[in-house]
Amino acid sequence: MKHLTIATGALLASVAFTTLAQAQTTLSMWYHGAGNEGEATVLNQIITDFNASQGDWKVELQSFPQAAYNDSVVAGALAGNLPDILDVDGPVMPNWAWAGYMQPLQIDETKIANFLPGPRGMWDGKLYSIGLWDAAVSIVTRQSTLDELKLRTPTLDAPWTLEEFNGALEAAKASGKFEYAFDPGMAWTGEWYPYAFSPLLQSFGGDIVDRSTYKTAEGALNGDAAMAFGAWWQGLFTNGYAQATQDPADRDNGFAAGKYAFSWNGNWAALGALTAFDDTVFLPAPDFGAGAKIGAASWQFGVSAKSQHPNGASAFIEFALQDKYLADFANTTGLIPATASAAAMTDNYKEGGPLAVYYDMTNANALVRPVTPGYVVQAKVFEKALADIANGADVAATLDAATDEINADIEKNGGYGH
Amino acid sequence: MAISADNHGLRLVVRYAVLTLIAIIFIFPLVFMVMSSLKPDQQLLADTASLRAFLPVGDISLDNYWAAFKRAPVALFVMNSIIVTGVTVALSLFFCSTAAFAFVFINWRGRDVILSIILATLIVPFETIAIPLLLISSKLPWIGLDGVTFGWLNSYRVQIIPFIVDGLTIFLFVQFFKDLPSELIEAARVEGASWFQIYRRIVMPLSGPVLATAAILKFLVMYNQYLWPLMVVQEEGYRPVMVGLQYFFQLNRAWGEIMAYLSMITVPVLAFYLYLQKAFIASIASTGVKG
Repeated sequence: MKHLTIATGALLASVAFTTLAQAQTTLSMWYHGAGNEGEATVLNQIITDFNASQGDWKVELQSFPQAAYNDSVVAGALAGNLPDILDVDGPVMPNWAWAGYMQPLQIDETKIANFLPGPRGMWDGKLYSIGLWDAAVSIVTRQSTLDELKLRTPTLDAPWTLEEFNGALEAAKASGKFEYAFDPGMAWTGEWYPYAFSPLLQSFGGDIVDRSTYKTAEGALNGDAAMAFGAWWQGLFTNGYAQATQDPADRDNGFAAGKYAFSWNGNWAALGALTAFDDTVFLPAPDFGAGAKIGAASWQFGVSAKSQHPNGASAFIEFALQDKYLADFANTTGLIPATASAAAMTDNYKEGGPLAVYYDMTNANALVRPVTPGYVVQAKVFEKALADIANGADVAATLDAATDEINADIEKNGGYGH
Repeated sequence: MAISADNHGLRLVVRYAVLTLIAIIFIFPLVFMVMSSLKPDQQLLADTASLRAFLPVGDISLDNYWAAFKRAPVALFVMNSIIVTGVTVALSLFFCSTAAFAFVFINWRGRDVILSIILATLIVPFETIAIPLLLISSKLPWIGLDGVTFGWLNSYRVQIIPFIVDGLTIFLFVQFFKDLPSELIEAARVEGASWFQIYRRIVMPLSGPVLATAAILKFLVMYNQYLWPLMVVQEEGYRPVMVGLQYFFQLNRAWGEIMAYLSMITVPVLAFYLYLQKAFIASIASTGVKG
């Protein structure tokens, strides 16, 4: 009798489980993190928790390698084969929304009121994407280097000025202890250029495009401030402070090997820098006259325009915004959690944590890249212009040509909906 | 007489010395790849500045291989590539050789025009037709176990069928068939052999070199496919090795794992080339085709 009861119970449980599984509508999801075991672990946990937390939706994940992700999404959109949920790099989102790949999120925006500005993907007045984390860039160096070179330690309230920064580079060069004074990260091509270097231009007072209209780059990319930035940028290389062409291995290990005094690098590399030396410090971006700036907006979740279940997709995204998941991602990847409450739950970003300074930097200095569908083209034009100037091209002619190219693209695309 | 023998010996020594030097130069990248795959990243990067990069010295282990297997389903990617490449090569050899046979040995109206059109496709880069091909492939019907379905995305067939027949392979066969003695074909026709019998029993047995050349060239093209599978395969289960390589290019690159992965995916290419090497060289010698 006892066996019969157990068997009946098991049967009922199995039927109930099967019925629940059948009742759940499948939501497909694409993610850029294939090959990144840490991210996969956290994301799979969120999906497992979400699928178990309710009976309406079941998320199924398909991961792509990051380098191939954007092309895969564009191809998927062309073929009418997009998933319900996708992730998107923050500055690319306006392009995908404008191109009709994405639809606005259906989540309660009060739930993201305490989020850092970078992870909020706004376009055309609507929230299209939301990130669980942000990233930040700082000047990585050693306290002993600052001491030996007799340099003031900059703070968020009192960052280095242009003169101080140039003085630091000159002092490092004059010391003869380093192969190069500064490692801007020239080996990292692609998005690194606009992400890491356009804030330097913005700190001079220029920009990639005129943000008041988003219809021209005239005056922003080739005005006086931009020309001053271009001359300074070229000076980094002509003065021998930095190398225009860098071996990727040096980018990965040059600072740890003592080749560079200062490295302009992201928080994702910060843990490695901390293990390289016991006196590694992360300094805020310098203020070149128009305020200290660093890039913002990393990967974010959104809903594809093709999704037949935007409410389910949005429900998953809203579920993922819990502080515990933000903290899990930050602990695993080293990225900055999107809320202060999540930061407090992490080992690295809690008050007094080794990377807490990055949260403060993001809060104080972050500026998202131009919020326009044209950004994907503008980023490439900007990258080429900066690489050319670094390799000796005429500053004014290069920035004028880049401005013309951006303007022509904006015109060709009817102003990108601005 | 003795002087002549000495000169001959000297020439032989010089010749082998030069050949050995060239062989070393060509094999260096492979040796570097394999040696680097056995070293931890710090040592790997430090060794690049010296000849140690080509030697199995220092902290040698298979750790990078285990890590590569952990990061990506390497065996799945290799198997996918072998399936796609193997099937495409086999079908390509058959269909392209039969097409070339028809162009060379059978008289039919419009033969030269059609051949010219096929050869003209050689100047069309794949990138220009990739998007139209994607749009077509995403809507094509297929009859399978699920009945009739539409859309070929996420399958082996979408990676195989568009590449079975191509102008270059047909051209290789046409050129080779033209050099075969026509008397053989005529004699077989007189004896009453069908066209397919002539193709199977006379032409194909004589076509070893061109088969090897076409197979190797096709193998390399298919095994190195990147753009097309990137566009048509979203499911990991169908991804080939070159898309899989991107799994290793994270922000903080693990160079040792990259070298381990490259070493593993190079093995099938080397094995295939070595297997067909003799026939390939014979083909180059007879047709002047470069691999």
